[in-house]
Amino acid sequence: MSIQTLFYIGGRLIKGLLVLFVIAIFNFFLIRAAPGDPAKVMAGEAGAADEVFLQQLREQFGLDQPLYYQLWVYISNLVQFDMGQTYRQQMPVFDLIMDRLPATLLLTGTAFVLSLGLGVLVGVIAASNHRKWIDSAISVAALVFYATPLFWLALMAVLLFSVFLGWLPAFGMETVGANYTGWDRVVDIAEHLVLPAMTLGLFFTAVYARMTRTSMIETSRADFVKTAKAKGMSPGRVTFRHTLRNALLPVVTLAGLQAGQMIGGAVLTETVFAWPGIGRLMFEALFQRDYNLLLGVFFISSAMVVLFNLVTDIIYCLVDPRIELTK
Amino acid sequence: MKKLLLQAALAAALPLSCINVQAAEPTDGGTLNVVVQPEPPSLMIGIYSNAPTQQVAGNIYEGLLRYDKNLEPQPLLAKSWESSEDGTTWTFHLKENVTWHDGKPFTSADVVFSVDKFLRETNSRLRQSLEYVDSITAPDDYTVVFQLKEPFGPFIGLFETGTMPMVPKHIYEGTDYKTNPANHTPIGTGPFKFDEWQKGSYIHAVRNENYHQEGLPHLDEIYWHVIPDAASRSVAYETGKIDVLPGGSVENFDIPRLTGLENSCVTSEGWEYFSPHAWLWINNRNYPMSDKRFRQAIMYAMDREFAKNALWNGYGKIAKGPISSKTKFFDEDLPDYEYNPEKAKELLEEMGYDGTPVRLMPMPYGETWQRWAEAIRQNLSEVGIETDMVATDVAGWNQKLSDWDYDLSFSYLYQYGDPALGVSRSYISDNIAKGSPWNNVEGYANEKVDQLFDEAATAFPDSKRAELYKQVQQQLVEDVPVGWLLELEFPTIYNCKVHNLIDSAIGVNDAFGTAWIEQ
Repeated sequence: MSIQTLFYIGGRLIKGLLVLFVIAIFNFFLIRAAPGDPAKVMAGEAGAADEVFLQQLREQFGLDQPLYYQLWVYISNLVQFDMGQTYRQQMPVFDLIMDRLPATLLLTGTAFVLSLGLGVLVGVIAASNHRKWIDSAISVAALVFYATPLFWLALMAVLLFSVFLGWLPAFGMETVGANYTGWDRVVDIAEHLVLPAMTLGLFFTAVYARMTRTSMIETSRADFVKTAKAKGMSPGRVTFRHTLRNALLPVVTLAGLQAGQMIGGAVLTETVFAWPGIGRLMFEALFQRDYNLLLGVFFISSAMVVLFNLVTDIIYCLVDPRIELTK
Repeated sequence: MKKLLLQAALAAALPLSCINVQAAEPTDGGTLNVVVQPEPPSLMIGIYSNAPTQQVAGNIYEGLLRYDKNLEPQPLLAKSWESSEDGTTWTFHLKENVTWHDGKPFTSADVVFSVDKFLRETNSRLRQSLEYVDSITAPDDYTVVFQLKEPFGPFIGLFETGTMPMVPKHIYEGTDYKTNPANHTPIGTGPFKFDEWQKGSYIHAVRNENYHQEGLPHLDEIYWHVIPDAASRSVAYETGKIDVLPGGSVENFDIPRLTGLENSCVTSEGWEYFSPHAWLWINNRNYPMSDKRFRQAIMYAMDREFAKNALWNGYGKIAKGPISSKTKFFDEDLPDYEYNPEKAKELLEEMGYDGTPVRLMPMPYGETWQRWAEAIRQNLSEVGIETDMVATDVAGWNQKLSDWDYDLSFSYLYQYGDPALGVSRSYISDNIAKGSPWNNVEGYANEKVDQLFDEAATAFPDSKRAELYKQVQQQLVEDVPVGWLLELEFPTIYNCKVHNLIDSAIGVNDAFGTAWIEQ
């Protein structure tokens, strides 16, 4: 890796930090713009609350202070890597997020690898059999999965595989109370992972398949592919070495986007399958107006997006050496 | 052929009789899987008094008394109690073999600390009732005396776990109650001990081997599962992963299907203490709602029988007035507002209603409430009242109600067995204050009603209270400050192998101490 590349990455990281800072301030005001009051939501759950109780809660959360002061407290804490306490659970926001992050990464990571691998493979098959029945079948299937709402798909999958066939567990990440260890635990988690990862992955599989197919077909008409064919190269080699590698760029762009969304993008799947991840945490925090927790999840998510954009750019050069990393 | 039939009959009868024999004799052991929705914020029941907290923590903490389904007090941590002739001195005798989950003995010092120090600071609902209490003293380790300023009718109804839970003095004294780290590892006296809470997944409690009631609990352990989606909760029950769906944890339209499953039992018992009462908030401040005849017209326009049957699967009862028929001092003889669109139209004509449209804000508590709003919208439209729907989420709904920024909306509130605890708060003018969606949000003010409620709370004996509450009910039903809808019932659906699940007036919010599973 050249020194130039390192400079480039360093520069991007500094810019990234600035972006994060601006996003944090923007998020702060965005959340406050929604009507509602965390103290009232909490009191509401109790079914009854007098003004004394509400005032106690607001003082405890620091919500009785003027807005600019609250912003100052938030930013100055954030700079010291302190995201504050959640209102509801009374735990440090960072701890709670880290507690739930592994579950989300497992789910979205699996879905990501699955959809990317399967999507590209299916896309290549479709493109290699352009205008044959297998191409049509793949295109139609991809379109169906692309257009089907996730939660509906999830519920249907549960009905089929859990209720009627009884093959797979319907909810949760582990068999509660089984206390499996070692390999048994891995198998148990894997069984729980199948339905949510499939549900989450199918949409992106469809997207990758469609994109790979289109891109492949386009590239296969390029002059260098014709040349390769003309000089008698085997079809497999032409497909993978020449066509696919060049066709992959738009797929990489999209994969970068998906990777950035891995943290916050699984709200529906996590809700339907009771997966104890971060998407649900964010969703619940939103309804409870748990500002600190919400800001924490937003911050981590935006950091991921910034990071993955950078990684995507680096991968570009690996896929296509003609692209250079420069300021 | 005859023989064959006889055999068949015997075969059919045999398993039945087996079940009956087993059902009579509780068996120990087993794991109970229950749904808790939503995930509670904390299990410290002295600070958090919401339903999901109580549902779990009701097994860990205990109050001095519990209440049977007729709201009669029963011994729990107190073995007996008596009051003076004039109803102002109440003496409680505590059980002597009770220990906290960490092994320390439970004594009268814990009671005095819990009520006088801890709950007075943290529990706003109890704080209001404690206004009537002059002093709480402990003459010896197992006796507690409550000295009241004047007789307070609902006093003996205050001792349930959710309202007045006992908290350990040796852990909380001298600390900041709200931030005490012990809140994450609750210590109580109940039949089950806290074991583990996997946030977002489940809460686990295990049998308390040193429980103070001989032979209890029967169960080995309980898991409360957190499943955020209503349809997924139904599936979890269908696939047998869940044994108990507490009332309100699945959408109403799923109830007939789930109760129709094999081995599925259902009960609407266990809500007597709360008797949730649903009504339509009517903002009395603005035209046209400020006119009594308009509010009466709304009552006649609503087809509540339809709502009950179509939206609530026939569960519940049409509310006659402010006091639920399950709460004390309910007046049987109140006049009915029957479904009568013609009468509604007459009233609107008499007042000269000009057709000003009103806003209708559904309660964002799930599909049933949304549909209920749509049904009422149509009812109102049929008598000539046009409505605009206002969409909100829970926080926005809270905010709009507390700012009085609404025309019509929904709510339901618990009554806690006595009108002085759970009814008067919605109608007395002292309770008109911006900033809370749980007080007199409609802005109804009537001196006569204020005075009646005030006198009734401290009148002695009960026959005097009954007379005063009769008057107040008649006045309120005439004035229609809010549009009463239904006495709600939230049926609990459970696997029939579970017995004795609901054992008191607070149902699944009470401990599963006497529950047992057929092995």
